[in-house]
Amino acid sequence: MSTTIAQKRGIGSMLWDYLTTVDHKKIAVLYLLGGGFFFIIGGLEALAIRIQLIKPANDFVSAGFYNELLTMHGTTMIFLAAMPLVFALMNAVVPLQIGARDVAFPFLNSLGFWLFLFGGLLLNASWFLGGAPDAGWTAYAPLSTTSPGHGVDFYVLGLQISGAGTLIAGINFLVTIVNMRAPGMTYMRMPLFTWTTFIVSALILFAFPALTVGLFLLMFDRLFGSGFFDASMGGNSVIWEHLFWIFGHPEVYILILPAFGVFSEILPTFSRKRLFGYTAMVFATVLIGFLGFMVWAHHMFTVGLGPAANSIFAIATMAIAVPTGIKIFNWLFTMWGGSIRINSAMLWTLGFIPSFTIGGMTGVMVAAAPADYQYHDSYFIVAHFHYVIVGGVVFGIFAGLHYWWPKMFGKILDETLGKITFWTFFIGFHLTFFIQHFLGLMGMPRRYWTYGADQQLELGNVISTIGAFFMAIGAIVFIYNVIITTAKGEMVSGDPWDGRTLEWATPNPTPHYNFAQTPLVRGLDPLWIEKTEGRKGMTPAEPLGDIHMPNPSILPFIMSLGLFIAGFGFIYQIDDPRWLIVAIVGMGILLGAMFIRSVKDDHGHHIHKEDLEKGAGL
Amino acid sequence: MSQEHTLNPEVFPDEPEKATLEGKNKFLGFWFFLGGETVLFACLFGTYLALQGSTVGENTAENLFGLELVFIMTMLLLTSSLTSVYAMYHMKNNDFAKMQVWLGITVVLGLAFLGLEIYEFYHYITHYDFTFRSSAFGSAFYTLVGFHGGHVLFGLLWIITLMARNAKRGLNLYNAPKFYIASLYWHFIDVVWVFIFTVVYLMGKVG
Repeated sequence: MSTTIAQKRGIGSMLWDYLTTVDHKKIAVLYLLGGGFFFIIGGLEALAIRIQLIKPANDFVSAGFYNELLTMHGTTMIFLAAMPLVFALMNAVVPLQIGARDVAFPFLNSLGFWLFLFGGLLLNASWFLGGAPDAGWTAYAPLSTTSPGHGVDFYVLGLQISGAGTLIAGINFLVTIVNMRAPGMTYMRMPLFTWTTFIVSALILFAFPALTVGLFLLMFDRLFGSGFFDASMGGNSVIWEHLFWIFGHPEVYILILPAFGVFSEILPTFSRKRLFGYTAMVFATVLIGFLGFMVWAHHMFTVGLGPAANSIFAIATMAIAVPTGIKIFNWLFTMWGGSIRINSAMLWTLGFIPSFTIGGMTGVMVAAAPADYQYHDSYFIVAHFHYVIVGGVVFGIFAGLHYWWPKMFGKILDETLGKITFWTFFIGFHLTFFIQHFLGLMGMPRRYWTYGADQQLELGNVISTIGAFFMAIGAIVFIYNVIITTAKGEMVSGDPWDGRTLEWATPNPTPHYNFAQTPLVRGLDPLWIEKTEGRKGMTPAEPLGDIHMPNPSILPFIMSLGLFIAGFGFIYQIDDPRWLIVAIVGMGILLGAMFIRSVKDDHGHHIHKEDLEKGAGL
Repeated sequence: MSQEHTLNPEVFPDEPEKATLEGKNKFLGFWFFLGGETVLFACLFGTYLALQGSTVGENTAENLFGLELVFIMTMLLLTSSLTSVYAMYHMKNNDFAKMQVWLGITVVLGLAFLGLEIYEFYHYITHYDFTFRSSAFGSAFYTLVGFHGGHVLFGLLWIITLMARNAKRGLNLYNAPKFYIASLYWHFIDVVWVFIFTVVYLMGKVG
């Protein structure tokens, strides 16, 4: 029945549906599309970087354009690809895992997505409007305050808008997990992916405001003549570094913890064993999140904060290896003695464990402050953070997509293509980045657009570039897999993996109210408990009744559009004050939409019991 | 009809702001938001403290600030926080008219505070030629205090909108959480001002 409805609906109504949706499952799809789009752009930028470095004194791109490429590669991958893809998984899974019908703030959920998308579009609009930002993804002052043109202005405004979206999404998940859990779903029965989402949301809440302030100060310096980072006015450029890293270090845990959560879901399912050391895993997650705020200055060892500060931050950094090690061993012990099934999701998980461990060990190496003076700003650092971000976060996203694809889209991704993707990407990843450790130790600095023929750096760079192309092939095969599966794949049941957690208790496709009756949770891995006792589904916690659902709204889109327009106004008013009119119009659209949201009652709607029995809303 | 009934119960609950799931979510979500706002202001305070001495000339904190005006502003804002507490007290007793009166007094006090702040900035700019662009100290001062002033302005617009929107229909369980979190916001603004008064003005005069 649902397919005939879908066929009858035109493209227009489908588009309107997605523009106005407040359903977490559709917002997950939007995040996946947006994040996937920017992942491709960031990947193309990476390929251009690697082509430029394939031989000494290459002139594939100019030095200035290279700076733009590397800045945008980093900024895009962190803010516009990795984070939204992680949010796609969270939105698709977390409400189902806790037995909720939606998130706590469906309207804000939609607003968070549109702010991210318009922020990303504003940032990338710089390519067509006189050049992209070129001060590195860290945008250190005074390089960023004196960078000519409007590139860095687009960085400031684009990240400000998408950062606001991220903050909103973080608060939404925090409240969802505290308030919306099904009866019996105590904190210590929550699946690990929900736990990591919870901790990550807290990190977002306390880390992103530091970025907000940093970006405001940078914006004021560049566009409104203030002197925060201008030494001639008494300013201090190290303030930017502190603000950036007070945000920036928690940010890397914001990325990696959800990936940890994904692996902690996949391993029990495909080992047919409960997660080893659940309590320790929760404890380790909380501890990593807490310590994540105590280590930002390890990015600034060479700034000259002094031996006392450097020592404290070095020790705090090394301490994070302990909870991370707890996790690694618990994953290994989860597999120990299990009845293991190896498929694409498991392959990514198995590939992750050694890859991430290498990244973690180089992390302890660079945490040693005296040694860091050698590694700092060399390719050793580039190799280290790609091992943790690609080997951890990207592997986690691929694993999660393979695992939850049948939940999100009703079909299992093709296994053969999935394995081809894994092996090409996995081999390409190690080819690209393993050699970069040695390039760094040989003295190759980060962010330089070229190197000399007499520096013996050529072989390593050739290998690295070849590896990058392997990764690109893997990514292309994955996209092909998605297209083939969407076109030809067969619908599977709601529980294709013989799953353990609540998301597998919903039918396929999941109705937009998720659960007709809220499930009763009787322990960790609630669906598995029901299965072991011979039941096919969850025991309901309530009789069948009317279901209250939120109304769709176009306002989040309009608000974000208003900020997008205002962004251009703020950027160009420094050239011509008349652009301030554009800024005022944009802010007017935003505030007007907020006013409408405030004064217009939105009570949501009810799905009636009689309609539920007829299968409405499927 | 059932919706109407749930939002307008015959007996108003003790904590109308948390009586519905939406209200509970708003309450908790707003507390989290204030946690984020705390970090935002902490960063601004940190920046201000780092740049406090970077005056480039005679316009130092000691020369500029007059505690008399700032003391009056502090009293106005502290009192407005108290009046918003009275408003919430009447909200819990389901006395809409009195709640509106006390919210109205809160708004008047907030407007007076904002007026004095604008006068203060105007005074510094015209009499001392001390602007946002004078020095890193100037940038940090106007940014920290200005962010707070912006919050006051937003809070006033928010409370006025709520008062006007609900003037004719009175309290119910749909708008009670809205009033409550607006008052939470107002308290937060007040707390931030206590720190600004201490760190910027008192320490500026004494330090």
